[in-house]
Amino acid sequence: MKIFERFFSGMRGGVHPEGRKDLSAARGIRALPLPQKLFVPLQQHIGAPASPVVNVGERVLKGQLIAVAQGNVSAPVHAPTSGIIVALGDHVAPHPSGLPVPTFTLACDGLEEWAALHACDEPFALDADDISARVAAAGIVGLGGATFPSALKLNLSRGVQTLIINGGECEPYLTCDDRIMRERATAIVEGISLIAQAVAAKEVIVGIEDNKPEAIEAMRRAAHAVTMKVVAMPSMYPMGSEKQIIQVLTGQEIPAGGRPADIGVLVHNVATAFAVHQAIRFGKPLISRIVTVSGGAIRSPGNIEALVGTPVQELVDFAGGYSRPATRMVLGGPMMGQHITNIAVPIVKGSGGILALTADEIGQDEASPCIRCSTCVRACPVGLLPLEMAAHIRGSDLSGAVDLGLKDCIACGSCSYVCPAHIPLVHYFNYAKGDLAAQERSKLKQEATKKLADARSERIARVERERAEMMAKRKAAREAKERAAKEAAAKAAEETA
Amino acid sequence: MNPIAHSPHAHAPSSIGKVMLTVMLALTPATLFGFWLYGWPAINLWAVAIIAAILGEAFVIRIQQRVVRPVIMDGSGILTAWLLALSLPPYAPWWIAVLGSLFAVIVGKQIFGGLGQNVFNPAMAARVMLLISFPLEMTTWGAPSPLTSPNGLNLLEGLRVTFLSQPIDGMSSASLLGHVKTEFTRGIGLDQALAGHYVPLDALAGLRAGSLGETAALLLLLGGLVLIARRIITWHAPVAMLLGVAVPALIFCSIDGNHYADPLVHLLSGGVMLAAFFIVTDPVTSPNTALGQFIFGLGCGLLTWVIRTWGGYPEGVAFAVLLMNAATPLIDQYVKPRIYGRDRKGAALPAKKGA
Amino acid sequence: MLVAAIVSLTVLGTVFGLLLGLAARYLRVEGNPIIAEIEQMLPGSQCGQCGYPGCTGAAQALADGSAPVTLCPPGGVALVQALANKLGVEADLSGVEDKGPQVAEVKEEICIGCTRCFKVCPTDAIMGAAQQIHVVFREACTACSKCVDVCPTEALSLQAVPVTLQSWYWHKPKLEAV
Repeated sequence: MKIFERFFSGMRGGVHPEGRKDLSAARGIRALPLPQKLFVPLQQHIGAPASPVVNVGERVLKGQLIAVAQGNVSAPVHAPTSGIIVALGDHVAPHPSGLPVPTFTLACDGLEEWAALHACDEPFALDADDISARVAAAGIVGLGGATFPSALKLNLSRGVQTLIINGGECEPYLTCDDRIMRERATAIVEGISLIAQAVAAKEVIVGIEDNKPEAIEAMRRAAHAVTMKVVAMPSMYPMGSEKQIIQVLTGQEIPAGGRPADIGVLVHNVATAFAVHQAIRFGKPLISRIVTVSGGAIRSPGNIEALVGTPVQELVDFAGGYSRPATRMVLGGPMMGQHITNIAVPIVKGSGGILALTADEIGQDEASPCIRCSTCVRACPVGLLPLEMAAHIRGSDLSGAVDLGLKDCIACGSCSYVCPAHIPLVHYFNYAKGDLAAQERSKLKQEATKKLADARSERIARVERERAEMMAKRKAAREAKERAAKEAAAKAAEETA
Repeated sequence: MNPIAHSPHAHAPSSIGKVMLTVMLALTPATLFGFWLYGWPAINLWAVAIIAAILGEAFVIRIQQRVVRPVIMDGSGILTAWLLALSLPPYAPWWIAVLGSLFAVIVGKQIFGGLGQNVFNPAMAARVMLLISFPLEMTTWGAPSPLTSPNGLNLLEGLRVTFLSQPIDGMSSASLLGHVKTEFTRGIGLDQALAGHYVPLDALAGLRAGSLGETAALLLLLGGLVLIARRIITWHAPVAMLLGVAVPALIFCSIDGNHYADPLVHLLSGGVMLAAFFIVTDPVTSPNTALGQFIFGLGCGLLTWVIRTWGGYPEGVAFAVLLMNAATPLIDQYVKPRIYGRDRKGAALPAKKGA
Repeated sequence: MLVAAIVSLTVLGTVFGLLLGLAARYLRVEGNPIIAEIEQMLPGSQCGQCGYPGCTGAAQALADGSAPVTLCPPGGVALVQALANKLGVEADLSGVEDKGPQVAEVKEEICIGCTRCFKVCPTDAIMGAAQQIHVVFREACTACSKCVDVCPTEALSLQAVPVTLQSWYWHKPKLEAV
């Protein structure tokens, strides 16, 4: 497919929020000094939580395996630094519900003593299965925020046509991918080549939004010796969304309800590619990531390389603390990020940003009635009708909303962002999706309990039947005996007579 | 527990109030021109319409025991009354404006459930109600008497015209379309009918008889372009309406120029410009999608032309708009955007494995 | 003029009436498949809280309209709405108390191991033996409350199912003006 044809079918809709990337883009990545305690959750990925393999009181080394993956859709967890495991229990999760998640509490001993690592000097001599196995062992998950276990994704994508590396970073404020591309382009390129080798991709495209000219330049320079195209994409939100980046770079669309592998495409984030490089060449598991700390209320916004499990409070303090009171703390970007009220929560593998936002930046207002201006329809990158879906959900007609395409919604937030009436459209959609999932679960439970109830009635009936049969048999046997005894008595009486 | 806010945690700097205000700003040049052209009576009529709308809406909200302020401050009632005032004859008595405004905001909007719930355009519904109920007052047009000209009325005279229905010289001068229709019934062709009544350059500049706001076609066009540039409206519905009026006019005019008015006459009279940019683009009563809006505008334009040419009324815009409003849900049902990953019928696209 | 109108309307009425009568005789639908469909929607634990002989009895009563759609407490609001949709009737939700999904729970300190509860549980959700403390399997419990009724020490009670990270979802936005 020619590049021209690809760009002809560009992204639909989308919005242009203020980038505000200049707050944190200029300064280089700084490493956070070791905190005193780390809180490492067992669930930092999509799928089943990891299962602990160390006990409370044990000393662990940096990079040591402390929890194994459970099943295929899971990922292992490693100790981010050396120290003693002081607790394993519930700790508040970095989740809007504020619900707890099983978490290791690690008291850092300050020595940063590494466990034995399985480095590899000839990473390109490894075969696909080997690369995949090492990626799995390193606990690598999608670092763009989706946290899907990367090894599983590699295994499901063998023989794809196109590998796309996502350097979009379309969310405002976030610049972690920008900086990692500027500073570690060579390592990223090696990681990309390893991924390409693991899936035997026929072509590799690196998509970077055109608001990051230095990153594009750095990646082009690093990739000049290998066969991968570095393409500048128009800066639009949500260009970094998987569905949209595929549409813009290849002209194809993922079929509804399907995955990129269905059309021969695999997408990975640039930071994931870097993590793959670290895991294969140096044997280092995924134990740290770069986080953008930004927002109008942060004194010196910037990018910080922090260990997984570091409390948010520590990163904020390292970024100079608050320059003014923050109206809202957000984990992630402003468009899809989660509001957190407890900044003792730890950052996890998928945390790309910490924002301290002021009321002006949030720009929220009281909702007014919908005037059906259809600005949301123009903004939706998927081609849905947000105003209609929200009206149906408000009237408790969830199946009507599904008919309008609720299940295709990517919850990007473009519609809520532009709505002049400040109607919380995406909130309606996430509520509806959650309610439908709960109804599905209760339907499954109902089918299961129905089977149990039927099985029980059948068992009781069967027991009754067997008892009746046995009684009948006994009765028949008794009667036969009585008859036989009577006959014998009669015979005896006859003989003596 | 603290209430958790849902994403997004950023918002475009817009609000309903700002949208309404921008539309009012776009209307202002044409309105001011109307004020100048017709003098104080026009100003009085416009003021009466706006005040009646505000009071009427406030009253209805009050008796529902809802909070009045946000409903009035969103500006939609004021805008409705403004558009209604622009489509009234400038020397109409005050009670026409009051009745029209009250009907528009109460029956046309609040009874349906308030902002965003009405099916029919309130201003057009009110105009049709007035036209049918009070045909005399609604078809009594006056020749322009600009404020700065010697026959311009001063404030006192203006008040008398509006509130005491004092007649003016040059009143009952029919609107262009009304005159043309009457002449047709007398068997007189267009070239004679238009002579002395229609000077194209004057019509473009707006110096002729008509309703309060319809005559300044250029200023209305300017306002409409401002709205499109500010992304309050899109080009689809206005362009479609203008095409819907101009194309049949062009076709029929070239067949029989004496009995069918040419496109320019149609475009510059009867509030087609006002409707194209400000009425047909009313978001509440028009379809959701660009194609839907185009069909809607086209329908309005075609029906306007048909009613004007073959219908009983000389002016068709209000009726055309109401008829197309009724068709909007149907248009929305069948004209939906194609969803990503699905084909036009809604089925998922097929998977293609690798190479 | 008037005669023509009267005649034509009379003829139309007669013709359509005849058509309807013929349809009623020759196009009639036998039996009522709706009873089986309704029974599928009910929880199926035969708890009897509705007052009818099991879920089949309740389905029959619903189908012929002698029972209100609010008859099934374990079904909650979702079931009321689903039944109302199915039968095309209005659902009066005022009396329905949706306590959300519930399961029975055994207070282990008070349980005396009398085994009365697991014998009556319609889905075998309670495990226990004589003189042993009993436990409820949450996945099998339908909150029909038969066990609660028979427990002599009141060790059993219905509790709300706790929300987990997996089952939590956003509440419905509550907006004033919208």
